[in-house]
Amino acid sequence: MKTILVPVKMVLDANVRPRVRADETGVDLTGMRLSINPFCEIAVEEAVRLKEAGHAEDIVVVSIGPAKAQDTLRQALAMGADRALHIQTDDSPEPLAIAKLLRAVVEQEKPDLVILGKQAVDDDCNQTGQMLASLLDWPQATFASTVSVDGDRLRVTREIDAGLQILSLPLPAVITTDLRLNEPRHCALPNIMKARKKPLTVTSPSDYGVDTTRRLTILSVRPPAGRKAGIRVSSAAELVGDLRQAGVL
Amino acid sequence: MPSYKAPVEDMMFLLRDVFRSDAVFAEMPAQTDTDCDTIESVLEEAGRFCSEILYPLNMTGDIEGCRLENGKVITPKGFAEAYKAFSEAGWGGLSASPDYGGQGLPRTVQILVDEMLSASNLSFGLFPGLTRGACETIEAHATEDLKNLYLPKMIAGIWTGAMALTESNAGSDLGLLKTSAKPRDDGSFTVTGTKIFISSGDHDMAENVIHLVLARLPDAPAGTKGISLFLCPKFLVSEEGTPGAPNNISVGALEHKMGIHAQPTCVMNYDGCQGWLVGAPHRGLAAMFTMMNAERLFVGVQGLGVADASYQTATTYARERLQGRTPGATVTSPIIDHPDVRRMLLSMRAFTEAGRALTLFTALEMDREKFHPDPEIRRAATGLVALLTPVIKAALTDFGFEATVLGQQVLGGHGYIREWGQEQFVRDARIAMIYEGTNGIQAQDLVLRKLTLDDGQPVVRLFGLIRKTLDEAEPVPALASVRHAVQNALTHLENITKRLTSGDLSSAEERNAAAVDYLRLFALTCFGWLWLRMAHAQTEAGTSENGTQPAGKLATAQFFADRILPQTASLAAQIGAGNASVMAPDAGQF
Repeated sequence: MKTILVPVKMVLDANVRPRVRADETGVDLTGMRLSINPFCEIAVEEAVRLKEAGHAEDIVVVSIGPAKAQDTLRQALAMGADRALHIQTDDSPEPLAIAKLLRAVVEQEKPDLVILGKQAVDDDCNQTGQMLASLLDWPQATFASTVSVDGDRLRVTREIDAGLQILSLPLPAVITTDLRLNEPRHCALPNIMKARKKPLTVTSPSDYGVDTTRRLTILSVRPPAGRKAGIRVSSAAELVGDLRQAGVL
Repeated sequence: MPSYKAPVEDMMFLLRDVFRSDAVFAEMPAQTDTDCDTIESVLEEAGRFCSEILYPLNMTGDIEGCRLENGKVITPKGFAEAYKAFSEAGWGGLSASPDYGGQGLPRTVQILVDEMLSASNLSFGLFPGLTRGACETIEAHATEDLKNLYLPKMIAGIWTGAMALTESNAGSDLGLLKTSAKPRDDGSFTVTGTKIFISSGDHDMAENVIHLVLARLPDAPAGTKGISLFLCPKFLVSEEGTPGAPNNISVGALEHKMGIHAQPTCVMNYDGCQGWLVGAPHRGLAAMFTMMNAERLFVGVQGLGVADASYQTATTYARERLQGRTPGATVTSPIIDHPDVRRMLLSMRAFTEAGRALTLFTALEMDREKFHPDPEIRRAATGLVALLTPVIKAALTDFGFEATVLGQQVLGGHGYIREWGQEQFVRDARIAMIYEGTNGIQAQDLVLRKLTLDDGQPVVRLFGLIRKTLDEAEPVPALASVRHAVQNALTHLENITKRLTSGDLSSAEERNAAAVDYLRLFALTCFGWLWLRMAHAQTEAGTSENGTQPAGKLATAQFFADRILPQTASLAAQIGAGNASVMAPDAGQF
């Protein structure tokens, strides 16, 4: 392989408790800690490991998001990526728009492999990787828990409901990462300092001719209903009666 | 169970919005790359390392402690691996000179990382801290040969450093030390003596320990003017840099202490070991003192860090623990809603955030002192640093300890239970008030030396900076009350300072008796000054660039001004009463 492309998303930090905006239009992000999506971090780590093992030469990371997304790109550069591309927009594009932008980047960068996180922990869509593979007409292996190089093919173990599935993919291909694929490294200080000198290019969605208008309208975002107190029943018969009354049985 | 999150947002607020560090570093040719975005990346990653790798070892290390087996010190489980990961990631070389493999980042960044190390694992933090102090001394005073042989490996963390000053009869008064050094034919020396309370004196974490030992040459004058400094490696080092034969340095015993149990505090025996002179003969203390300011700052942030870690646990607990009902409540209240608990938490925070600000102010001056091209600016910085470092060491550790006691109290009975971790912070914080020069000694240094240093110019300069902040805050109505409180504190401080330097309290005995109270008065006034600065910066910034807003600076400033700063009035009264009642009873009456 020559080039691996790793798209990364900046999300609300996984350790922060989300708050819903008072007008119910979405999650309140002001003043909240933002970090790299955990599955995207695993994707970067996998790309760096492949490069360190001599299977790739060049890692490009790309992020589509607001100005602050550059922090995420710098972290990826500190982990070992070589170049970064920031497609700057405040629009929060949907997965299909993201996939279309990534297709345009793929046509530019011509990677042999695209590794993405399986989903982002904010919207849990689990769509972008699959849509991208389809737009490119490339083979895909999602929910990867192991990736190994097998000559000019990739051997990927997928975690699926029924257990583990092993696929053999020709290149170029799309992989999405699952939790158990690897544990991302802590960055070394010299690499953090070197990262600031690595190339970071800023573009916008219109440069690729992609319309990022949202097709979905969010009607409301509400926190989950508070837990109500339970009811104690004195017998199984009473339980059945209550369940019938609630329309469950 | 407790966790620790590095306060990177607060640190960046101070750098971006209060001190505008980008502009400060832009004036230093060696630091033009040290912009806030870079600093933030470094702090984020350091914070992750501290939370994920060091903090989990804090309690286990405290419970297991160190042990001495067959003359070798064994550190608690996990420490050696953590140290290896720390060194391999290059954290040990953060502020070290690039000439010897370091990253050359400024003191400002180093001290923020030191705070995180201290908060997440005080015992662990002492290893790189002491190594860095040893490196700075070697770099400033040793010959090129010694520097080239020792610095690269110490900076890379392959070897660690230890400072051997104290003896059983010589602690605060180092002039009484007896360790001797006799010249050999090849220019090196034979060093013989026993030192106590040596932190990181020995361990199993690295392949060599480089001791800096204070000793007397044969023809040395008596007292502190006859002390020289020697570099003594645990294992002798070949020209190629490989450790070889043991150098007659052994551990006599491991101390059993109140806290920092994962820190091996050793009695060290130097049994005629080979050592090399660092700096000029009889100038050993002066050599040590060149890094004294950096060490005082380091110990200060130990107090600060531990207090912040305690605060984080206390706040989490107070939000979740339901006990009692506040007036008007219809269900059990979380204890954070009770005024007394609020008071305790705010007291902790009023200290930690101001302590951090004072530390950063001083660290930036230390960077000006080292890196600024203009000699006038360097001179002015030197004066401020000399004045503030004893204040930082003593105040941040005194207030830090008090904060950990509050943090323990918030947890009630659980504060006394090991599992919650609060009692460990109290035990660990206590030593910082004592070592590296007791807080009493720091106060003496402030009053007897630093107030009159340079014709009193640094004091005048500092008071001028406080007045400038007062003036700048005048047009802002929301700050009026805080402003008045800080003005009052400054008036007390100025009056007492005058009496101590040239008035009725200026005798040596009066100053001696006033010193500790004066340092507290000085520190509280500085905290007030910085609270005003922070509140002003927050009202101006609104939301800082990256969208984060440190919570409630004005609210905390108001609390500090209303409920803590009035202590300056009573301190001024205490000092103003003079020392007659202190010295009236004679020694026999105790």
